[in-house]
Amino acid sequence: MMEPHYETEIDRSRMRVSDEVAIRIEDMNKWYGNYHALRDINLTVRRGERIVIAGPSGSGKSTMIRCVNRLEEHQAGRIVVDGIELSSDLKNIDKVRSEVGMVFQHFNLFPHLTILENCTLAPIWVREIPRKEAIDAAMHFLEKVKIPEQAHKYPGQLSGGQQQRVAIARSLCMKPKIMLFDEPTSALDPEMIKEVLDTMIDLAEEGMTMLCVTHEMGFAQAVANRVIFMDQGQIVEENNPHDFFNNPQSERTRLFLSQILRH
Amino acid sequence: MNERNPAFVRGEMLPAREPPAGEMGLLKLLRKSLFNNWLSSILTVISLIVLVWIVRSTSPWLFDSVWNAHSLSECRQMLGVAEGACWAVIRDRWTQLLFGFYPPEQYWRPVLAFALMLLALSPVLFPPVPRRLLWFSAVFPGLAYWLIWGGTLWLPVTAYAGIAVGAVSLRLTARLGAGVGAGLAFIGALTWWFFASEPVTTMLGQLLPLSLAPVTSREVGGFLLSIVIGVTGISFSLPLGIVLALGRRSKMPLVKTLSVVFIEFIRGVPLITLLFTASLLLNYFLPPGTNFDLILRVIIMVTLFATAYMAEVIRGGLAALPRGQYEAAEALGLDYWKAQRLVIMPQALKISIPGIVNSFIGLFKDTTLVVFIGLLDPIALSNSIRATTNWQGIYWELFVFIGALFFIFCFGMSRYSMHLERRLRTDHR
Repeated sequence: MMEPHYETEIDRSRMRVSDEVAIRIEDMNKWYGNYHALRDINLTVRRGERIVIAGPSGSGKSTMIRCVNRLEEHQAGRIVVDGIELSSDLKNIDKVRSEVGMVFQHFNLFPHLTILENCTLAPIWVREIPRKEAIDAAMHFLEKVKIPEQAHKYPGQLSGGQQQRVAIARSLCMKPKIMLFDEPTSALDPEMIKEVLDTMIDLAEEGMTMLCVTHEMGFAQAVANRVIFMDQGQIVEENNPHDFFNNPQSERTRLFLSQILRH
Repeated sequence: MNERNPAFVRGEMLPAREPPAGEMGLLKLLRKSLFNNWLSSILTVISLIVLVWIVRSTSPWLFDSVWNAHSLSECRQMLGVAEGACWAVIRDRWTQLLFGFYPPEQYWRPVLAFALMLLALSPVLFPPVPRRLLWFSAVFPGLAYWLIWGGTLWLPVTAYAGIAVGAVSLRLTARLGAGVGAGLAFIGALTWWFFASEPVTTMLGQLLPLSLAPVTSREVGGFLLSIVIGVTGISFSLPLGIVLALGRRSKMPLVKTLSVVFIEFIRGVPLITLLFTASLLLNYFLPPGTNFDLILRVIIMVTLFATAYMAEVIRGGLAALPRGQYEAAEALGLDYWKAQRLVIMPQALKISIPGIVNSFIGLFKDTTLVVFIGLLDPIALSNSIRATTNWQGIYWELFVFIGALFFIFCFGMSRYSMHLERRLRTDHR
């Protein structure tokens, strides 16, 4: 099978996986009405791990990572994030959400606020740090995603790729311990995919714990230390990227890979 | 086609050029919008003829008019056979149309209140105005009440003190949790208003009598009344409408049901029945001997009516927001109220501006309905002016004047809303 690849050189010196558990999902199940959307999900993510979740649409990949910061509620099983178990306790949910950053397919920037205000909103109102400090931190992260000069524009004035990089910076401003990416490049023009992936690679190089739902197999090959394949609401295969792409075990995985890698 | 050379390669990129002459300005307007084809040409010509006809037939009435006369018959004598308006009635009675039967030597009070209202509105409407003026906006309602109705200044002061009592007890009980704190603050404020404010007012009044000659609600009328009801209704219906819209979208069944019942009940009933309820029925329900001002009752009813409409307008704005905005706010760790205040409401309200202003304009014009329960709004005064022997039989001039004043206010609101929409536009499409 053809192996995907990614052109950018990756600095692996700081990518370290510790033994500490960042996320533990145990026998998690979720239903939408009568529809069984997630079935017996078990997953342990350690600090510094970069996990790519792949699978056909409707397989439950997005639903799964949205359960991690409780944008979706699970009905059975346990999810423990950074030592906090997710239950209906609103305080715990807010605590988890302020430690877990999330990047969406459609960016979801706040269109009525400038780029800088988008980035400082949560630090000021959730972390309650002084405005001046929040602005300095925001500028630091905007520089990191390489768009400090756009700080005073509105999201509507930026290209898709720039908006998605702002969305990443906005999450980073909360200094999260874990980052969730929900198909971050799926809504982008082909020209802009790489600038967003490069930003994500920068993050990976700094040792961020990442859960990425994506169809960018080159990125998975280069960055992930585990690839998870999901179908029909369950985890079908879990492997390191090399074996995942070269020697997929399940028939379903093989079919999926042959369809997305040979078009 | 050569195998090795591509069919076409651009050597240099083209610079942008001006559009052709016929595509700009007046010429384009004439060609594209007025005389595009034979149908539009005919419509243009017909419209012009209609315009000229309207102007020709109304201008003698408007311009050959009488400004100096003491009665309609005097007007008619001066005009002879010519058709003309008798504006003398406005000249004679304009103060009555503006202030009702407010004592003339006290006119400065509502005028001052109106000027202060503009000052109080300025920081709310225009951001370049210093934010510190918002303190004045907060104090203004009490001040306006005192100026218009007179009596002792200490009445509004002690009413405000109740709010201060609430704020202080909220500060003191903050450690007990937000819900408990708010409840205690509310109880504290109520206790102050019911038990302490009256003796304190009397005592302060004796120590330092700061009072204006009292004016009864029967004497307050004309545009003064319309503006008092309209502005109070507008400024309360917006925040209450927001609360009700959120209530209707709430996941808590009781809150949701209450909001739905309130909205559907109020919207399903004509305003005039609510006004009759205010003027007649409320007396049966209130304990005997309570003196509950009619204008206050009307303001409450008008506000409730406008609130129900406002809630639905704002709910429309909320529904128009993509789910992603809620999710992004939640994912950043903002709690419900912070997400609403910082992310959701600013956008939902912006979407709803045309609908909100529509409701405001409707509310302001609906204040004329109070004529049916015996309050002296401009329409009621036009009736009473017509009932005098001097001006018996005069219609148009009074209604044109009243209509023009309403138009100025409503058109002002409409222009402001367009200005606001432009100012808040951030999509730069």
